[in-house]
Order: sequence, then structure tokens, then C-alpha cells
Amino acid sequence: MKEEGKHNKKAKKYGMVINLDNCTGCGACMVACMAENNVPFKEDESDKLDSITWMRVYKLANGESYPDADICYLPRPCMHCEGYHGHSPCVSVCPAVATDYNHDTGIVSQIYTRCFGCRYCMGACPYHARYFNWWDPVWPEGMTKYLSPNVSARMRGIVEKCSFCFHRHQLAMDKAFLEGRTELEENEYQTSCTQACPAGAITFGDLNNPHHKVNQMVKPDNKHGGRPGDPNAFRLLERLGTNPKVYYISSKEWVRRAGDNYLANEDRTVQQH
Amino acid sequence: MSTQDDKAKEVSADGAAGPIILFFILGLAASLVLGWVIFPKLLYSQKKQPIDFNHVLHVEAVDEGCESCHFFREDGSFSGVPKLAQCVECHGDVQGENPNEIKFVNDYVANGREVPWLVYARQPDCVFFSHAAHVKKAEMECSTCHEHIGESEHSRVYEENRITGYSRDIWGKNISGLKSNTWDRMKMDDCAECHATKEIKTDVETLPWPLNWAPLPYEKQTGNQASIKTVKEACFVCHK
Repeated sequence: MKEEGKHNKKAKKYGMVINLDNCTGCGACMVACMAENNVPFKEDESDKLDSITWMRVYKLANGESYPDADICYLPRPCMHCEGYHGHSPCVSVCPAVATDYNHDTGIVSQIYTRCFGCRYCMGACPYHARYFNWWDPVWPEGMTKYLSPNVSARMRGIVEKCSFCFHRHQLAMDKAFLEGRTELEENEYQTSCTQACPAGAITFGDLNNPHHKVNQMVKPDNKHGGRPGDPNAFRLLERLGTNPKVYYISSKEWVRRAGDNYLANEDRTVQQH
Repeated sequence: MSTQDDKAKEVSADGAAGPIILFFILGLAASLVLGWVIFPKLLYSQKKQPIDFNHVLHVEAVDEGCESCHFFREDGSFSGVPKLAQCVECHGDVQGENPNEIKFVNDYVANGREVPWLVYARQPDCVFFSHAAHVKKAEMECSTCHEHIGESEHSRVYEENRITGYSRDIWGKNISGLKSNTWDRMKMDDCAECHATKEIKTDVETLPWPLNWAPLPYEKQTGNQASIKTVKEACFVCHK
């Protein structure tokens, strides 16, 4: 308890570790996310170009032919990039202060009522994690009763993205305040996708807290832009310097190489900066 | 040319300025009356609560004051307006001769139907308000925002903005936006008023743009402020 108390003074850095060896590509995280966050859908969802998917499962292939052919599924939420000192790509371009980086939680926020839809952030995000509402959301009759009251619906003309289910953080804090606490336990704040994953591929927690599983799994090196200490762990487009808080783990080298762009004979493990 | 000049002189000498000024003053007065008196009347619809609720009577009858009906649930959420289940604990049957109680028991308790109370303090959809943070952590009084509602003997008229659908309590009774009590208005600026002056870390940007707004240097984090953009606490604290 004493050790925890010591840690409490430090800022949180909520992040996610996704073990791609476990991911089966079932898409439960995508469904859970849409249901949790009142993500609207279109009449024809087969046109994926403007679908809104805060969490999206990509399929990777190694391009080899049988018997060496291999695939991997890669779930992609918002990376909640810290950049350098909170200079994440989307936050630094937003002219409306509609998206912001919070040092207390490490979460990149999106304030829907503040956004006016210029979409600079979408251009700046290298992960395509941001989505534009081309239409006002329309739910089939009666379905509005299923919407979560903790997440506001977004109108036409604004940008939205994964919030690491921040409303769950708010609700967990409510309970903590009621019990006279200001700190959360690891299991009190978990994202919807984490809890929905049947394979247990997603782990969520405070990357700064050595007692949290995410920290133990990837051993982030905060002195060097949070790069993972675990050799099997990697981040998407690591070398852009976006310092994302979503880490991936894969035992396969071709998957780890797929996380960034490398020259044909370049060694992935040599750090460039 | 000369005839045109003469005509111009004739017009100005006619003394037409008087009626024009009078027309202007009358128009101005009419506009002011329209904007300050008639428009607010048209803007807000007047609705009566389904049951005229007497707080004084109830506060006298219960043991734990306000918290007898307005309590925190175990998960940290706040009950707000009580559900029928709370009321039924006492009002399973008609207890007295108050017509409001008789109406309540016959119309709602007997049919197991929730009372469609009109909530004066309901905030827009985009607002996250934590009662726990304010009442438990910051130890604020209920009356700071909710007036001394416990001393009311009748439910006042609920005024709804016909355009936005919000309660008039959000904008405030005074159409010019002036206020003398902390509970007179519940706009974002009113939250900010407290968050800016109290010794708490939270700080809120007010609208429109503050004059000192400018892209800030990203090199270092200033003080204990959490947000990168505003160098104050992030908007996500109260917005959802």
C-alpha cells in the first residue's frame, strides 16, 4: 500500500497492449466498441470507405505462397499518441482546441461540441484512427433506447475517434470519490474492447504503474519515447516519433516488421534515434 | 440644374428630420420590447409538474434530510430525482387528504407508472457532471447549484426553451444573463466561474476565445496543469 501511495503522485499513462498471437480476428472488439460508444451506422455498411470504426481489425498477410503463407489480424484503436511532451499529431494541428492531450491520464480527448469539422486531425493522424460524420446519426426506431447515456451522440460534420472509453474512467472516479479515494484499481477502469475480447488478446492499464500488467508486458522505456523493452513488442510506425500508447506483441518477425516501413535488408531491431 | 437645387433645399427645409427621429425612437423602443419582453415569453413554454411537490412537508417527515430521497448509489452515481420505488416505501396507500397525494397514489402508484418529473437542472447531452466529485470530494453544498429547494412548498413552473429543449434554469431567469446567486444560472461559464476561482487544479476555458489564446510551446509542461492545448485542465473533464 505504501508503495502504491508513492506511485499515486505520478501521472497516469493509460495504454493498451494487444497480443497479436492471441487475436483471432473475430471482431468482437469492434462490435463492443460500437455498442459502447453509440457509434452510428449507415444504411449500406458494405461501403467501408466512410464507415466509422473507432476500433478496426486489419488483416495482414506475409505475401508468401504455400506452405509459407501466413496471416495475422491487427486490431487498431486510437493510439493516443503522446509524441514528445504531448505533441501528438492530431492535437498539434487542431485549430479549435477540440482535441487535447491530458498529462494526468495520457488520453487524447475529442470534444464533439467544440469540433467544427475541418478534418486537419484526420490528415495528421498516421493511423487513420479518426472518422468524419458525413451524416447525422439515424438509428432504427426503438434502437435509441439501447444507446449509452454516458456517451453523447455525434452530429453531422464533426470528427470522432476512440476515447479509451473515457466515460468509464469518469464513472470509476465517481465510485472512488464516494469511497473517499482518488486513485483507481487496475480493474476499475477497463475499456469495452478489452473486456469483450474472448481471446484475452487486449490488456489495458496504466503504463506508468509497474504493478499494472501493461507495464510488465512491454516494459516501456519512457526516457526514449516509451519504446518497448520487450523484444516481441512493437508499435505502429514507431519511427515517426508519435510515441503511441498502444503496443503490439507478436512472436513473428514478419508481423513486427509490418508495423513500420523498412528497407528490404534493414535490421528492425537497430534503433534509429 | 437650378431647379434640382431648389427642390433639394425645399426638402431639407421641410422639417422631415422630426418624423424620422420619432420613427427611429419608436422603432427602437418597439425592438427593445420585442427582444427583451415578448421574445423571451415566446421562447419558453410553461409546463406544470405532474404532481405539485411539497419539499417542506417531506423534509419534516423524513429522518436523513435531503439524502433520504436524493442519495448516492453504491457505484458512485447519483439518484437525482427519486424513482417510484422510493416513494412507494411511504406512499403505498393514501396517507392523508392532500389532493396531490391522492392523485399521485391513484395515477402512478396504483398503476406502477413512473412520474414524468420535469428536471429543472438537466444539462445538455454533451455535459458530464459528477455529483460525487462535487459533493463528496469538493464537499460543496447542494444549494450552491440547486437553490434552497428544500424550503419550497410548491413545484414551480418548468420553462422549456422551445428551440433547444433545455430547461430555462440553464440560461437563468434573467434574460440578460445577469445573476446575483450562484444558483441563478447553470451555463458553462457558471461552472467555470467556480473552477477558475477555487483552489482546485481544474480550470475551464470560457467561450468565446480567451484573448490569450495562442498555440502554446510544446516543449514543457507548465506547473500541474494537465492539458497541452489550454495549459489548464482538459475539456474532457466535463464534456462527453
